Order: sequence, then C-alpha cells, then structure tokens
Amino acid sequence: MIKKEMIAMLLAGGQGSRLGVLTEKVAKPAVAFGGKYRIIDFALSNCINSGVDTVGVLTQYQPLRLNTHIGIGIPWDLDRNIGGVTVLPPYEKSNNSEWYTGTANAIHQNIDYMESFNPDYVLILGGDHIYKMDYDVMLECHKEKNADVTIAVMPVPIEEAKRFGVMITDDERRIVDFEEKPEQPRSNLASMGIYIFSWKVLKEALLTNADLPNLDFGKHVIPYCHKKDAPLYAYEFNGYWKDVGTLESYWEANMELIDIVPEFNLYEEYWKIYTKADILPPQYIADDTWVERCIIGEGSRIYGKVINSVIGCGVTIGKDTIVRDSIIMNNVEIGAGCELYKAIIAENVTVGANVRLGIGDELVNETDPHIYCNGIVTIGEKSTVPAGVTVGKNTVIFGMTDISDYPDNLFPSGKSLIKAGDKV
Amino acid sequence: MRAIGIILAGGNNYRMKELSQKRAVCAMPIAGSYRSIDFALSNMSNSHIKKVAVFTQYNARSLNEHLNTSKWWDFGRKQGGLYVFTPAVTSDNSFWYRGTADAIAQNLTFLKDSHEPYVVISSGDCIYKMDFNKVLEYHIARKADITVVCKDLEAEYNVDRYGILKMNEESRIEEFEEKPVIARTNTISCGIYVVRRRQLIEMIEKGAEEDRFDFVKDILIRYRGMKRIFGYKLKEYWSNIATVEDYFNTNMDFLKQETSDFFFRQYPDVYSKVDDLPPAKYNAGAHIKNSLISSGCIINGTVEDSVIFKKSFIGNNCYIKNSIILNDVYIGDNTHIENCIVESRDTIRHNSYHKGEGGIKIVIEKNDRYVI
Repeated sequence: MIKKEMIAMLLAGGQGSRLGVLTEKVAKPAVAFGGKYRIIDFALSNCINSGVDTVGVLTQYQPLRLNTHIGIGIPWDLDRNIGGVTVLPPYEKSNNSEWYTGTANAIHQNIDYMESFNPDYVLILGGDHIYKMDYDVMLECHKEKNADVTIAVMPVPIEEAKRFGVMITDDERRIVDFEEKPEQPRSNLASMGIYIFSWKVLKEALLTNADLPNLDFGKHVIPYCHKKDAPLYAYEFNGYWKDVGTLESYWEANMELIDIVPEFNLYEEYWKIYTKADILPPQYIADDTWVERCIIGEGSRIYGKVINSVIGCGVTIGKDTIVRDSIIMNNVEIGAGCELYKAIIAENVTVGANVRLGIGDELVNETDPHIYCNGIVTIGEKSTVPAGVTVGKNTVIFGMTDISDYPDNLFPSGKSLIKAGDKV
Repeated sequence: MRAIGIILAGGNNYRMKELSQKRAVCAMPIAGSYRSIDFALSNMSNSHIKKVAVFTQYNARSLNEHLNTSKWWDFGRKQGGLYVFTPAVTSDNSFWYRGTADAIAQNLTFLKDSHEPYVVISSGDCIYKMDFNKVLEYHIARKADITVVCKDLEAEYNVDRYGILKMNEESRIEEFEEKPVIARTNTISCGIYVVRRRQLIEMIEKGAEEDRFDFVKDILIRYRGMKRIFGYKLKEYWSNIATVEDYFNTNMDFLKQETSDFFFRQYPDVYSKVDDLPPAKYNAGAHIKNSLISSGCIINGTVEDSVIFKKSFIGNNCYIKNSIILNDVYIGDNTHIENCIVESRDTIRHNSYHKGEGGIKIVIEKNDRYVI
C-alpha cells in the first residue's frame, strides 16, 4: 500500500510579469538566481531537506525550461520508486477542460494525484521565494495544535504589512481574522503563501468550492475554512525570506549573496541547496583582471574586471571590460572593452565589444515604468547587442538587435527595445 | 559500439609520494573539478561503450566514493552500466590482483558473459580525450590482434617509466620494452588497448595457467612476434599523472587556453560527479591572476598561476603562487604558499610559510579546522 504522511504541491505556473522580459520565455520559478541556481531550487531543496519526498509541481506558463530543469528530480534526490517529483500540467478532460484558473483550482484539478499517495497532510507551496525552511517543524506545529490548516507567517515591519495578506492571531497563535493587503494593518504577521492542510479538510474545501471561478487559497479556501470555524493556526518563521517578484527585489536578493557573511548563506554545510548543474570545469581568471566582491559560476572565463556582481556559469567576460553591480546569467558572452553598470543580463545573450550599459540620466521607462526602474538595464534571453553602442538607464532590450536599432550608436535612458517574444 | 570497456584503476605509485597515501592514483583530483578516472570513463561513455568494468585494488575508498553512482557518466543503466571489481576471496582464489592480467583473469566471467566482440582497455590515470570508435575501426582495418594506442613524446622527456615501442612502416609493433633504462625511441604506450574479446580470454587463460600476471610483459611483449600487434598514434593531448611532477604539470596545463578549450569547449564533454556547491565567491581583497578556481571556494587573498580545487577557503592577505590547492582546504590569513601541492581537507594555520625550493613541495599539515 502507498502511504505518505505529507506530500507537497508546488505552484509553479505563474508568469511573474513584474520581472519583465526575464519571464517572457520562462516561468518565474525557472529564472536563474545566484550564479547557478533557479528560483524553484529553494522550494524543492527545502522539501527534500525537510523529508518531503513526494512533490507535485504544477506548471502552466512557459513550462519548457522548468520541465527540463526538474527532469525526473535527480539533483534533489527526488527520483523515487514511489513518489518523487511529478510535473503536473493542466490537461484535457471529457468535459469542462480548463486551464489552471487559480491557485486552489490548480490543486483541485489534481485531487487524483494527491489521493494516490493517501496522505495525512498536504503542503501547499509557491515556487518563487528565496528561503530555507524546515517544513517538518511546521508540520510538528500543525500536529501539536491539532490544526486543520497552518499558515506560515513572517513578521514584517508594520508599514510594509499592507503589501501582504496579514494574519491576526490570539496568544495561542490561532488565527482569529485575516486581511488581504489592508490599508491599516492590525498585525505585522504576513502570510508567506505556505500552507499545511490536513488532507480531509483540504479535499472537502476544494470539492465544496469547486465551482467558484478562479478558485484561490487566499481569497476562497482559507476564508471558507475560517467561516466553518475550523482551527487555523499561524506558524511564525523568522529566517531569511525574500520575494524576488520585481526586478529591484531580484537584483537586491542577488546582491545580498555577495556580503561577506550573507544573511542567506549558501556556503554552510547544513541545509544545502541543490540544483541541476551541468558538469562544468572550474572558472578561469586571466591576467590583468580584478575580481572582487562577487560570485562567479563554473566554467566562466574572466578576462576583465568584475566588481560587486553575480556571474552565472559558462560566461565569458572580455578583456578590459568592467562589470559593476550587475547580474549576468548563464552562457553570456560579453565582448572586450565594455562597461556594464547595474545590468541584468539573461541567459545566452551576446554583447559586442565596447558596449556601454547603464550610462546617462535616470529617466522613467516609457512603456513599463513600474517594471523597468531603479536605473536597471534589463536584457532578455538570447538577445544580441551590437558592438560600440551606449545604452541608458531604466531600459530594456530583447531580441536580436543590430546597429540600425541604435541611432548615433545610442539607446537613451527610459527606452524599450523589444524585438522578440509574444509582444512583438 | 561493439566493445566493452575495462579501466585498470588498481595502482599505486611510489612516485606520487605522500599524495598516494590517501587514494589510488586514479582518484587524484585533476583540473579543479575532476578526478583522473573521469577522463577514461567519459571517453568510454562518449564512445557509446555501454558496459564498463573498473578494477580497483589499492586504497579504493576515495575512488569508490567517487563512483558510488554511475549516473554522471550515463552508466546508470539497466542494461550494462558500470561494474566495480575489487579482489575477492573465492573458492579457488585467495590472492590480491597480482598484476593487470591477473586482475582480468580473476574477473574473466565479466568477459565471458558479455557478447560484444571487442574489449577496450584503458588505464585510469591518464588525462586524454579520444573516440575509441576510431581505434576500433583502425584495429579492424589492420586485421590486428591487439592495437596499442601510443604517442610520440618530446625528445627531452624522460620516458623511463613507460613502455617503449618501435613500429615498422605498416605501424606493426616490432619492439616493445617495458621501462627501459635507456630508451631507443620516444614512442610510448599510452596504456590503452583494443583487443578481440575471445582473443583476450584465450591469452589471459593461458597466462593464468603459467602464472603470468602482467598484461604488458606477459602478453604484449611475449606475443609481439606471434600476434599482429599494431600501434595507433594519438596526436592530441595525453598525459599520465603518476608522478608528482607530471601531476603538477598536467594540472598547470589546464591554465593554457589550448588545453582547456580541447577538453572543455570542444565536443564531447568530460563528465564528473556533481557536488552541490555554490559558485565561487570573491570577497574584498581578492586578487586573482591566471588561475582556475572551482565552485564552493571563498577567496580573500591573492592567487596567481594556481589551480584551486573545490570548496577551498583562502584567508585575508594570503599569497598563493604556482601551486595546487586540493579539495576542501582551509588556508588561514597571511599565509604564503609557493610551488606547493596542498593535500585535500588540510587546514593551514595563519602566518604559515611554505615554498617548494627546486621542486614541488607537498604540504600536509593535519591541524584541527576550527581551533585556529
């Protein structure tokens, strides 16, 4: 008989549109992070480190890279005879076929998957946060309180609480009320979007509410359980937890890894983070270079200067090039004599020689001012930037661009140049 | 591929000095993130050999750890895959492997139970990249009994620890000497052979009856007049690492773009076991010149012309020059290391000074890690 005490359902179907061109071709959980990882690695590693060996990954938006990354789960030891990792895309049914229309709707469409493991508890996770958390401790808490639902919460500064779903609890940590993005927060405990449900409770709630449009945990399932007076408890988490949903927070979270003893430390033996890594040679640092305050992935070759930056695997940085305050993902080629300031460069980009990125005044972006801001230059995957051009701040470049796209070899601040993807 | 593979990985070599105390030569770390045996294994895998046996004997702990799953070389198969054979006591044998031929003889069932017509034999302590299909084609075209892969070394290179051979104009091997004091040619055997499986079984069985245990002396040299033994010249990079100097130089070769491109940027790839290590981190004060740095390292000091293996920590104000730092070494602040090989998992106290004068110094300090 198959029996798993707790299984995890990992929601990885979202686009993460605030990451702009970074998520034009990949789902947010598959975006590269920290030199060699992808964002989903943190949730998957937390699962296996917590002893959860059965994980359903719900995919929908641009799943190709996510699928190839996860494979059969070997890097996380999630290749199991029973359980392991299973990718769960939406599927056609004999009637009423639909996409995943909401978080809880996606889980509802996979009731059969969950049922096949005969679980006592189901852990619901997002695939888009950077953190290390022991779900087993959370489960202990769930059992101890005899809870139906346990929600992981994190104390945040009260002025920031209005960006989150906020939980109001009593002395016993039982949730007495909650508010979604309140103007005047009554508590500073923000929901992290991590839930443990007792399976029977979850199943009943999903079946009862199945017909609600866009069925969502925060909007429908949790309020439903609360209304039924089911025991809902909060589990307080006090470690590092970072949402990387915007380009600014993504940039910040990467930069925090560079600190001398980072708050989020990848170098400790305990609680390792696993990823599907290609087998790559060590990195080569040539003569006449300066490499300081940065992390650099395997197989990269550095002939220039790299300061305060996060460099991925298989990157080449040309001679006399200066890279500062930037994030460069895997397999990027940067020519010689370039200057890069606060750039985020996605995978497989080619930048010609003598290119200058992030030069000029900080002007508001013309197309997406809320996405491309804080002076960051963003270049989407597989783009090319021709030699000798200068690019301003708050800009975005995506696609194979040539010199005719840069009048006077210049691409001024605040402009967008999109030549690839679905929006062309 | 119509061949099975055998990798001879049992050996120890006194020329490795203290470095062989910890591990067999085949498990020596190479080029920052590989082990010596990865090259033979990757060549077999990339040549589409489906079934490979590794014979180990001397201090195989490190090697076995490295081979504990065969999936990294794509040998995690239901059909075929990787077999590791250590000497075992049986009802009719209680000896260690008394030689390379004896190792094969003691595991003759592996050969007998296979159906592939050919066998590729390779030593595990050589750094090279080669498509065995090409050797096999050559072998078949020459109607050879045995094909020996060989290489011309430069005239000034001391070849006295190799098998030296001389070929006629048809590439048939006429003379073969093992480790001669004075070599007559500079063509050496690379320790890579292709032979028909039944032929091999026959020769090994005959040798075993006569208590002959060495593949080179008792098969290649004895049979050279009687069997058709051909040489296949390898033109590309090849290096044997079984002395401290050669080991050091081979690692340093990977600082050259030519060597590094050949192994790492040209098809096919070399595979190794993947460690879950974060990318290398350079803190303020790091100063790197012409060096290879592996994942998991944290660098605070100066590193020049060196190869730093995985997960090493280099303290503030250190000066590392022309050295090899093996895996998981902690080097305390203000340390000077020059012309050295620092043994893996070592802890070097701060303010240490190590310099190899007139040669490579092997540094082994067995300090406690967290007492510094």
